[in-house]
Amino acid sequence: MCLAVPAEVIEIGGAEAVVDLGGIRKRISLMLVDDVRVGDFVIVHVGFALTKLDREEAHETLALLRQGLAAEEAAP
Amino acid sequence: MKYVDEFRDGALARRMAAGIAARARPDRSYRLMEFCGGHTHTISRYDLESLLPANVTLIHGPGCPVCVLPVGRVDQAMALALNHDVVLCCYGDVLRVPGSDDMSLIKARAAGADVRIVYASTDALDLAKAMPDRQVVFLAIGFETTAPATAAVLLQAEALGLTNFSVLCDHVLTPPAMAAILTPPADAALPATRIDGFIGPGHVSTVIGAEAYDALLRRHGKPMVISGFEPIDVLQSVDMLIDLLNRGRVEVAIQYRRVVSWPGNRKAQDLLATVFAVRDCFEWRGLGSVPASALKLADRFVGFDAERRFPLPDNTVADNPACDCPDILRGVRHPLDCRLFGNACTPDTPVGACMVSSEGACAAYYTYGRGRDDRRSAAH
Repeated sequence: MCLAVPAEVIEIGGAEAVVDLGGIRKRISLMLVDDVRVGDFVIVHVGFALTKLDREEAHETLALLRQGLAAEEAAP
Repeated sequence: MKYVDEFRDGALARRMAAGIAARARPDRSYRLMEFCGGHTHTISRYDLESLLPANVTLIHGPGCPVCVLPVGRVDQAMALALNHDVVLCCYGDVLRVPGSDDMSLIKARAAGADVRIVYASTDALDLAKAMPDRQVVFLAIGFETTAPATAAVLLQAEALGLTNFSVLCDHVLTPPAMAAILTPPADAALPATRIDGFIGPGHVSTVIGAEAYDALLRRHGKPMVISGFEPIDVLQSVDMLIDLLNRGRVEVAIQYRRVVSWPGNRKAQDLLATVFAVRDCFEWRGLGSVPASALKLADRFVGFDAERRFPLPDNTVADNPACDCPDILRGVRHPLDCRLFGNACTPDTPVGACMVSSEGACAAYYTYGRGRDDRRSAAH
């Protein structure tokens, strides 16, 4: 029920945006978020953007994970 | 899909499993509750339990709003649809939840009631605008993730001065439910939930923030890691939680950093505070009556409150006594322990609510976990 998916913002008009959800275009509300721009990724739930997705954090989560695993695997 | 596929890397998951196995100490057990049904679904779908050592047990919590909706509240929605000639709009998940007398909203629809599935709360508002001569009621269910979308349409309905739109509010709150799980039952004969820490809800936390759990979990001495919903996210959260437990740390950590912050979404929180008030108590399937655990419409929105506009039954209805849903929702029994599981109770003919939603523990096991019953004893 709390299913929410990352979607790329394609177009903004007032408090609404068109997003690309894995190839499907959908109109959503931006009422709950600030400073969203075209090209940003937002988390979409029941027709509303809940928050922006922080791309740097996404990359860092995976980079740190791979680094940690590599260090553990290299340890004797 | 970007920001999804990277977090479903099977080779990476197997490397992580080796790391978890190395970190889990053989001299103790780790009983970790994933509160959220979305996590339960991921765990079953990707069979993550098979990647974990035997002394790490995942306990499936009550974080599925469809599953915890009690019979009495389903009966209210059916009464609205059947007796008051309204257009009842709901999210698709809730359609087959069993109410009293073997009825559900989908059966009410078959009996002629006007029940419509909406994808977004705004769809219900649009229907009300398009049909000024009909009363449109939106059955609002969900945790803090979903409540802001309901709040938003109530503000719009107020601004438009609509008189044919109302909301039957069944929104529930996460931290009070966690407190109820951690509090030993008043009846000493009932088994208490034994858990060491929580895998915390990702999308609820985008709204309420990691901060919202901090005092509660410190009080109960349990750590939590707020997790994303892909398999890599869940495995990393398990790893982080085991590390916190090994170090004796009681804190709220965030694995799902790309989406969750410490303060959460203040704009959404302000909206919730404007539109809703907290109920004194609310009946949960499985948890019973939990104080301050649900939302109702604030007095300003009395004109949009279906509970105050329509005479509705207000009954506490007992669950089917043969069904183990209440114990499963509290994490003291496993879906495979229930004698109805897979026989009388299947996703096509659900008896209990955990079989209705794809996020319910029983439906997740039925869909992805049958034939894996060798692990049933691991839960105990």
